[in-house]
Amino acid sequence: MGPRLKLFLPLFLFALLAILLFRGLFLDPSEMPSALIDRPLPAFDLPALGDDRLLTRADLTGEVALLNVWATWCVSCRVEHPYLKQLADTGIPIYGLNYKDSDAAAQQWLADLGNPYRLNIADREGTLGVDLGVYGAPETYLLDASGVVRYRHVGVVDEGVWRTVLEPLYLELKQGESTP
Amino acid sequence: MTVLRHLLLSVFLLLASHAQALIETYDFSSPELEARYQQLSEELRCPKCQNQNIADSNAPIAQDLRKLLHQQLEAGASDAEILDFMVARYGEFVRYRPSFGGTTLWLWLAPVLLLIAAIGVVAAALRSRSAANRESTALSAEEQARLQRLLDKTEQDT
Repeated sequence: MGPRLKLFLPLFLFALLAILLFRGLFLDPSEMPSALIDRPLPAFDLPALGDDRLLTRADLTGEVALLNVWATWCVSCRVEHPYLKQLADTGIPIYGLNYKDSDAAAQQWLADLGNPYRLNIADREGTLGVDLGVYGAPETYLLDASGVVRYRHVGVVDEGVWRTVLEPLYLELKQGESTP
Repeated sequence: MTVLRHLLLSVFLLLASHAQALIETYDFSSPELEARYQQLSEELRCPKCQNQNIADSNAPIAQDLRKLLHQQLEAGASDAEILDFMVARYGEFVRYRPSFGGTTLWLWLAPVLLLIAAIGVVAAALRSRSAANRESTALSAEEQARLQRLLDKTEQDT
């Protein structure tokens, strides 16, 4: 490196650091990949919300689906609820994991606001929540047809999240399912 | 009298708020388990409130993880088993002292590599500077002659 070019070295380093820090401004530290990505949904044996039927992993497999972790104490869940209903109306299978909630309150919620879920797992103690690595509702998991976790979204699912993040992955998995 | 009553009331209120702020306590079958509980709860990071360990955090998930930690310790799990359990669910992120290897390799090696690079840069700078110094102090024969002429000239002038 010539001595003239060497003079620019601090400028290069500064530019590099500036780019790095600028990028850091727009990173969301709470957006962590789930430890479960590409691993099967943990086995569970929990009652369904509303009846005492026991649900297991097998009840959630068979097609590409969303698993939505929600609770009546979770304010953001109320925000995303109307959009989940829209998604369910377009035929996207959504399963619910009612996380650390009272069954009565949860059923009241579904009666009042509508029910986008195919079925709901009543995880009263949060045991499946811990196995899934849930750290705060709402969280939404994308499951493939064999019940393997492919993606986790933390926070509200709205139209923006669905269109830019979840739908492309969903369609890709759907495609893989139909042409094995 | 009313002053005293007010004073007493405020003292009691202060005590009450303090009692509420305390986090739950667990009973351990041995002091050794309790010490391990303290150590592990300080080493495990709360996934929700990312700059606190689960011992300090009041988030519901931290409470759940403390409860789980207590259960597992009482069930006789080893430290490694408990940490593996947590990492399998919440990722390497939950450990304030991440394991060595895999994706955390860079985390461990980066400071050492940066230190070596910094020493290299400083050493190179020092070497080039001392080389430059040696060059500048030594006069060539031509410069020596010119200096001599200048000195002779000033002597003549005075």
